[in-house]
Amino acid sequence: MTALPYFYPGARLFAAPIDLNGAGRYVHWGVVQLSVANLVIIGLMLVVFMAALLLPFPRGRGRR
Amino acid sequence: MSGMGGAGGGWTGAVRRRVVRALPPEKLLPDTQPAYMASWIYVFGVLTVAALIVVLLTGGVLALKGPAWWHVSGAGKYVNGLHLWSVELFMFFMVIHLWGKFFMAAWRGRRALTWVTGAVCFFTSIGAAFTGYLVQQNFDSQWIAGQAKDGLNSVGIGAFFNVLDFGQMLMWHIVLLPLVLGLLAIWHILLVRWRGIVPPIDAATIDPADATTREAAR
Ligand code: HEM
Repeated sequence: MTALPYFYPGARLFAAPIDLNGAGRYVHWGVVQLSVANLVIIGLMLVVFMAALLLPFPRGRGRR
Repeated sequence: MSGMGGAGGGWTGAVRRRVVRALPPEKLLPDTQPAYMASWIYVFGVLTVAALIVVLLTGGVLALKGPAWWHVSGAGKYVNGLHLWSVELFMFFMVIHLWGKFFMAAWRGRRALTWVTGAVCFFTSIGAAFTGYLVQQNFDSQWIAGQAKDGLNSVGIGAFFNVLDFGQMLMWHIVLLPLVLGLLAIWHILLVRWRGIVPPIDAATIDPADATTREAAR
């Protein structure tokens, strides 16, 4: 497949929401270094974990 | 000489009787589960299985088509992307699954081996992911291999597990680790079927055989 031009219709829709060119961002905490991307993923995992515990689970039809 | 239930029949008969006793069909493929399983947290085990299946299938396609395809063609890059992102989801779901099982102490009631096979799955997955990074064939993988060799040499295993040896790392990534992970996951799930889903912690003190105690506790 040939590379698409940057300005094809809907290009913005498929573009990364943040600029991925250049060095990544890191947080430093003593000897601990963590990329912001990984920190965001850990945060998302905590959110999904809490949601799994708190959201009601749908009951199947015909079950009490 | 004997039917399905009796003794005899050599080792095949003995194995069959043991397997059927441990996992009769209604236990292997149940169509109902206890009411306490009606929570989203129980869905993360099967989400992990689903992601693992996509990982193995897309990895299989990459192996069939080869690097000249996945590095260059649009379809190849797409399948490469599916492989990466299904791994991301696999790890994501597996860690939430692990947290869930940790906080419900799901190793209770002779389920220790379920926990242990899960934990070994976790460590095997990390090995599979790291060897995956090593076989990307780009500057990233060269950098990682260059850094990792120092760490591994410092603990004395560089001679057996040489991260600079591309062929060896590829074999670990596409043969040994997926095979071990697949077998461990099957074993883990069969153990869950064998023991049944663990009861909630507050219900564990009640004797499940004694219905009157259970009623009285309501
Ligand atoms: C390849 C990765 C894994 C797969 C495919 C997997 C799959 C599953 C499935 C399908 C279940 C039953 C449904 C459920 O309760 O969610 C289960 C239960 C369980 N898993 Fe995993 N799991 C994996 C990793 C782990 C890890 C890392 C741990 C913890 C160290 C773990 C511990 C457990 C335990 C203790 C149970 C039994 C729960 C019970 O008896 O109620 N698993 N797993």
